[in-house]
Amino acid sequence: MIITRRQARRPLTSSSSRRPGSLVRTATGVVGLASVAATVWLGLWVTPPSTNLGQLVRLLYIHPPVAWVAYLAFGVTAAASLLYLWRRTRSVVWDRLAAASGEVGVLFCGLTLVSGSIWGKATWGVWWTWDARLTSTALLFVLYLGYLALRRVPSDPGTRAKRSAVAAILAFADVPISYLSVYWWKTLHQTGTVLNPQRQVHVHGLMAWTLLLGFCAFTLVYAWLVAHRYAVEALAERQQGEGLARALAERRAEGRAA
Amino acid sequence: MWRDAALVAGKDIRVELRSRVATNQVLPFALLVLILFAFALDPDRGFLGQAAPGLFWVAVLFSAVLAVQRSFAIEASDHAREGLRLSGLDPAGIFLGKAAAVAAQLGVLEAVLTAGVVVLYGAHLEGALLLLGTCLAATVGLAAAGTAYGVLAASLRVRETLLPLLLLPVVAPVLLGATKAWEAGLAGHPAQGDPWLRLLAVFAVVYLALGVLAFGPLLEES
Amino acid sequence: MPPAVRLQRAVALIGSFPALAGVDLEVTPGEVVLIQGPNGAGKTSLLRACAGLLPVSSGRAEVLGEDLARRQRAVRRRVALLGHATFLYDDLSVIDNVRFAVRAAGAPARDLGAALARVGLDGRLPRTSVGRLSAGQRRRVALAILLARRPELWLLDEPHAGLDASGRDLVDEMVREAAAGGSTVLLASHEADRARPLASRLVAMAGGQVQGEELVLWGGSPPNTPERVHVA
Repeated sequence: MIITRRQARRPLTSSSSRRPGSLVRTATGVVGLASVAATVWLGLWVTPPSTNLGQLVRLLYIHPPVAWVAYLAFGVTAAASLLYLWRRTRSVVWDRLAAASGEVGVLFCGLTLVSGSIWGKATWGVWWTWDARLTSTALLFVLYLGYLALRRVPSDPGTRAKRSAVAAILAFADVPISYLSVYWWKTLHQTGTVLNPQRQVHVHGLMAWTLLLGFCAFTLVYAWLVAHRYAVEALAERQQGEGLARALAERRAEGRAA
Repeated sequence: MWRDAALVAGKDIRVELRSRVATNQVLPFALLVLILFAFALDPDRGFLGQAAPGLFWVAVLFSAVLAVQRSFAIEASDHAREGLRLSGLDPAGIFLGKAAAVAAQLGVLEAVLTAGVVVLYGAHLEGALLLLGTCLAATVGLAAAGTAYGVLAASLRVRETLLPLLLLPVVAPVLLGATKAWEAGLAGHPAQGDPWLRLLAVFAVVYLALGVLAFGPLLEES
Repeated sequence: MPPAVRLQRAVALIGSFPALAGVDLEVTPGEVVLIQGPNGAGKTSLLRACAGLLPVSSGRAEVLGEDLARRQRAVRRRVALLGHATFLYDDLSVIDNVRFAVRAAGAPARDLGAALARVGLDGRLPRTSVGRLSAGQRRRVALAILLARRPELWLLDEPHAGLDASGRDLVDEMVREAAAGGSTVLLASHEADRARPLASRLVAMAGGQVQGEELVLWGGSPPNTPERVHVA
C-alpha cells in the first residue's frame, strides 16, 4: 500500500502539533544534503585531478561512500529483522526499520552499480566487466529486490513482518557466501588478477578529507531517508490500528443486532 | 524430530511415486533444457563440451525451483498445509522431511542429467569422487534453501513468480561452486575443486540450520 | 481436572477483522457443547482458535490445561478439527492418508482397517486414491482418522454436511461414544434438530461473542457443569 505522508497525516494529526522527532529528521536532512553539496563542490572544483587517474578520480568521492551506505543499510535490515524475530525484543519498530532500511539500501545498491559501471566505462572502456566486486554487488541488488518484492505482497501486517524478517535473515546469510564464491571465481585459477584501480590512487590531504566528508554526507542522507520511510510506515499502520478499534465495536454491534 | 522427518519424507516420496509429477514433468523439462542449450550454443564449435558443467547445473537449478514448487503444491490442495500445522508434527522435522524428499528427487534427476551431458555434450566423466561429492553437497544445499523459501512463498498468491526471484539469487553461489568443482573434476584436477566443495558444504549447513529454525514460524504464518 | 477449554475475553483477528471479539467460554471435560449462531457469528473461528490455528491476540486461551499461545504443539496432538477441509492428500491412497495423519498425531497406527470399515470404507476402497473419492467419502476418511486418533477434544464444524443418512447417524454415534469415553466435543451446526439431542449445553454466538448459554436437561451425557444457566 502506498500512502504518501500528507495523505496519511491529514486525518490523524489534525489536532496534535509537530512532534520533536520530525525536527531531528529535518535537521538530519538539511545537514546531509548540505554536506552532499559540499562533497560535490570539493570533489568537482576544489580537489586536483589525480596524476594517474586524471579527472576520473572525482568518482572516488561518490562511489565508495554510496557502496558503504548500501552495505550499512542491508546490515541494519538484517539486525532489525533479528531483533524482530527474537521474542524478547519483538516490536513493530524493528519491522518498520528493516523495511525502510531495505528500501533505501536497494536504492544505494543501484547507485553503486551505476557509479561502478561509469567507472568501468572510463577505465576499461566497457559498461560492465565481470569484476568480483561489481558481480557480487549485482547479486546483492537482485537478492534485496526479491526482499522488497516480498514485502510488497499484500498481507496481514503481523504475518508480513515475520515473513519478511525471516527472508531478510535468509538473504543476509547468503551475502558472505556469495561474496566469497564470486571472489574465488575471479581470482582462483586465473592468470592476471583483476585491476583494483582504487589501490593505485594516492589519497592524501584535501582528497582524503573530501572522501571522509562524502562518507559522512551519504550516511546522513541514508539516515534521513530511512527516518522518512519509517514515519510513513508508522502512519500507515496507525491508520490501520485506529481501524481496529472501530472494527471491534462494529463486530460486537452485529451481535446485539442479531 | 527425526521420526517426524522420516514420516514427512516418506509421505512426500509416496505422493511422488503415485503421482509421478517429477518423473513425468520435471525430468523431461530438465532434458529439454539440455537440448535447448545445444540450439543456443552451436554444438559443432565445441562450446557445449566446455560449458557442460555450467549447463548441467543451470538445468539442475531450474528443476530445483520446479521441484520445490511441486513440494508445496502438494500441501496446497485441501488445506493440507493447515493439516500439517494441526498434526502437531515438529516443524523442524517437517522441514527436514520435505527437504530430504526434494533432495532425493534432485538426486535422481542429476543422475539422468549426467547421462544426458555425457551423451549429448560428449563430456568425459573423470574425478568421479569429486563429481559425486559435489552433487551431494550441492543437492542438500539446494533442497534446504529451496524448502525454506518454498514455505516462505507457499501461502502467497504470487508464489509461482516470486519463488524464482527469491530463490535463484540465493543459490547463485551453489551454481558457481558446483560448476567450478565439476570443471575441476572433468579437467582432471580434483584438488582444485576442494575449496568449492567446502563452500558447497558450508552453504548446505547454513541453510539446513536456518531452515530448521525458521520453518516453524513460517508455517504458522502461512 | 482443568477445563477442556477456557477462553477469557479472547480476541482473534483475521487480517484486521476481529473474527472473535472477546469470547468467554468454559467447557468441562466430557461435555458436548453445541455452538449455534447465524452465518458469520464466529463459530468456525472459535473452533479454529481452540485448535491453535487462529492465534488469539488478546485475552486468555487455554485448551486441555495448556496455554494456547505457548504450548501450541502440545495442544494440537490432543485436539482434532473436522471442518469443511479434510486435510487429505489426493495422490495418496485412503489407507496411506489415514496412516500418515494418525502417526503424525503421535497415535499408534493400529486397527486402521477396523476404523475404515466402521465408516463404511472397506473392500478395495482403502487402496483407492483419495482424489477419486466423492465429497461424502472424503469426509468418511476424515471420520476414520478421528476414530483412529482418539483425540481428547473434538472440534466439529458442520460435521453432518455432505453426508448421507447413514453417515449422519455415524457422526451422531461417534459423538456420543467420544463423550462417553471422556472426550470433550465442541460442535458447530446449523442443523439444530440433528445436533440438539447430542448436546449437553447450547452456546449462542453472534458478532464474534458468546451471547448466551442454555443447559440442556434432556439427552446427551449427564453434564457435570456448574449451574450457569443464563440467557443474555
